[in-house]
Amino acid sequence: MTAEQEFDFIRDSLDHCVKCTICETACPVAAVTPLFPGPKYEGPQAERLRGAGPSVDASLDYCSSCGICTLACPQGVHVAEINSRARAVMKQQHGIPIRDQLIARPPLQGKLGTPVAPLANFVLSNRLARLVAEKTVGIHRNAPVPKFAGRTFRSWARRHPAPATAGTRRVAYFHGCSTNYFEPGLGEKAVAVLAHNGCRVVLPRQECCGLPLQSNGIFDSARSYVRRLVAGLAPYARQGYTIVATSTSCGLMLKREAREILGVEDDDLRVVSSQTYDICEFLADLDLAGELKTDFQPVPLTVTYHAPCQQQGHNIGKPALDLLGLIPELTVIELDRACCGIAGTYGLKREKYDIAMQVGSGLFGDIRAAEPDLAVCDSETCRWQITHGTGRTSVHPVEVMYRAYGLS
Amino acid sequence: MNGPPGARYPDVIVLGAGLSGLVAAIRLAEAGLRVVTVAKGYGSMRLSPATIDILGYRPDPVDSPAQALPGFAAAHPEHPYALIGPDTLADSVQWLKEHVGTYAYVGDPGENMLLPTAIGVPRPSAVAPETMAGGDVRRAGPLLIAGLGVLKDFHPSIAAENLQAATTAYGRAVQARPVMLHPSANGPADVNSLGLARQFEDGAFRSAVAAELRAAVRGEETIGLPAVLGMDQARSVWTELQQAVGRPVFEIPTAVPPSVPGMRLARALQDRLRRAGGRFVFGAQAVGPELRNGKLAGVRIRSAARVTPRMCRWVVLATGGLGAGGIEVDLSGAVSEHSLGLPVHAPGPGETGFLPGYLSDHPMDTAGLRVDHTLRPVGPDGEPVYPNAYAAGAVIGGARPWREKSGDGISLSTGYLAADAILKEAG
Repeated sequence: MTAEQEFDFIRDSLDHCVKCTICETACPVAAVTPLFPGPKYEGPQAERLRGAGPSVDASLDYCSSCGICTLACPQGVHVAEINSRARAVMKQQHGIPIRDQLIARPPLQGKLGTPVAPLANFVLSNRLARLVAEKTVGIHRNAPVPKFAGRTFRSWARRHPAPATAGTRRVAYFHGCSTNYFEPGLGEKAVAVLAHNGCRVVLPRQECCGLPLQSNGIFDSARSYVRRLVAGLAPYARQGYTIVATSTSCGLMLKREAREILGVEDDDLRVVSSQTYDICEFLADLDLAGELKTDFQPVPLTVTYHAPCQQQGHNIGKPALDLLGLIPELTVIELDRACCGIAGTYGLKREKYDIAMQVGSGLFGDIRAAEPDLAVCDSETCRWQITHGTGRTSVHPVEVMYRAYGLS
Repeated sequence: MNGPPGARYPDVIVLGAGLSGLVAAIRLAEAGLRVVTVAKGYGSMRLSPATIDILGYRPDPVDSPAQALPGFAAAHPEHPYALIGPDTLADSVQWLKEHVGTYAYVGDPGENMLLPTAIGVPRPSAVAPETMAGGDVRRAGPLLIAGLGVLKDFHPSIAAENLQAATTAYGRAVQARPVMLHPSANGPADVNSLGLARQFEDGAFRSAVAAELRAAVRGEETIGLPAVLGMDQARSVWTELQQAVGRPVFEIPTAVPPSVPGMRLARALQDRLRRAGGRFVFGAQAVGPELRNGKLAGVRIRSAARVTPRMCRWVVLATGGLGAGGIEVDLSGAVSEHSLGLPVHAPGPGETGFLPGYLSDHPMDTAGLRVDHTLRPVGPDGEPVYPNAYAAGAVIGGARPWREKSGDGISLSTGYLAADAILKEAG
């Protein structure tokens, strides 16, 4: 299928809409604010009326791009994708705020912040500085921004190359920006868990997948980011490496959003897409085949598990539940909430922070009520939001597995 | 059939998250089997009024489905009810009542209630949420049908007028009069049923509605409201509203989606399945059987980036009929089933599928799978296509649910029976 045909395929899916409103019942944003009239209204309904003229539906900006509408649709309408594209057109016409340009570029933040991490973290946690940032740039003063680790995952990895004798399963690890700049420990643990399961892990050159740019409507830059990324990953995919991602939303970018939202269509992307796995998906598939190491030590903790909206977009269910279920003495409480509210960069924004917190309030309440030792969640921005909303430590499922394997 | 040594494939893959699929999945999971439910979307139960209609018309109105079913089954040997004994049906109803949590159901196959629709037609339902049962026009006294001004999809005057007019058909006078409430003067000008249900969970809003109702209600009237009385806390919202007004209140399913009662039932059953250890895979689609040595070893599932064979011991096909896409007709008139590629019993290309009248009994209406007595889809030779594949719900052909008011009873009882068959094999 060419890019042009794919583009039509996504938009044309609106003809399958029977106005059943199941997407509207599932939308976590429309449930808490009248500023967003709902995915059906903005998507299959309004899209029919959109033409070449000026974009008039400013309420589209309040879509958080969580993708729950597409997940819920029983007719296969690509509601979220249609809305993301329409919003990009709108934002191009209205102009992209400087704030959105900034928060959409994690590598820029990472490169500037990492060398001066103590100072950067001090500024980011300083109330006055945050107030100024809210007034001038529009990042909400209370929004959960991550802390710079002060070191990068890649610098650790350079000092810890995989031994040449390591396992036979060839894995190319796609760590993403967040692991590199904010949570290098997650990357270290992921590599250890993969190696423990007989994987030989390599680290292809990689930069941002362009997802934050995409969700802020900056499609041209997002396309060049993702093209650059897949160009680096494709040689590994062609050699038969499985590409494993710990950032579930960035993995989804490679699996389908680059194609379905950005309209990128080339051989590099195709081969990378078909071989990209979320790390829990990859490990759970090993388990299904009876090939996962199950030498777990007891972890006598209670944890909640929230599957982020973007993880649900993989259409693979919740493999983390099956993995955590293998760990002796670990009590796992499955939470059934669509979204924590943050949706990448949405909840950082001054005008959207309160909406994001309201979207997350049900999840936060469930977590507080469960009083878990850890709140487990696959997505970095969701973990920060969960900790912000509940005060609980939030970790990736693989971090629990790392502990249970006794790899620390 | 079960892969390499040490493999931990699920026991059962259930395709579809409607009533039949959820019933089968819950029964299997509660019996200790590992169950994965795969569904393209969240399931169309969210559009249904959530009553359990077993048999309403044959075509004359049915008073007692339990009494009518043996004769009905004998007269319609290709109907799914011909495979479902009265005991199985009664067991499945009892089972449902025990599995919906606080969203309680009343009634049984012994008699049909006549519950008002949004346009005031008394509709035969054997089993219904307790929040609706008070509207049974066979028993209810005078009715006050109350609408809410912000809800553009429910018109109390139409409902009341039609209920009055329905009097003679049911042999007793139905008195009904309308009232329109306007409890939230400063709220949004218009809201759908779900938005209103969320408002009803707010005590202040409920009090405002109760105050208006107290002023409007006369004498011994029973109050009918659109089915928007709360979502997660429906039972307490309904109970508190009745106490605050001092009169019985019942819900009338709204005709325009979304259906709040349908969402409540879907949530109750999905919660139940999760608690039993069942897993959901939403947004994925079954695109064909995974065969090993000619045997059904699993299902090919399309997820975000690829199609993956998902192995299992048994498959329950509960993907729905023509309306839901479980059975498809293409422009040439060819009818097919895509999830497992099973043969469909339907008029072929060149044969007459549709008659000129919109409401005619179209031959295509009854398109669907044919199954054996344990609900395994069969081929033209009458033999099961796969010994380990079962069908449940509207994907089974032979019924005209919208005419018979039989769809829920078929889905419930076949989902129940399909699980039975697998449990017997699992030992």
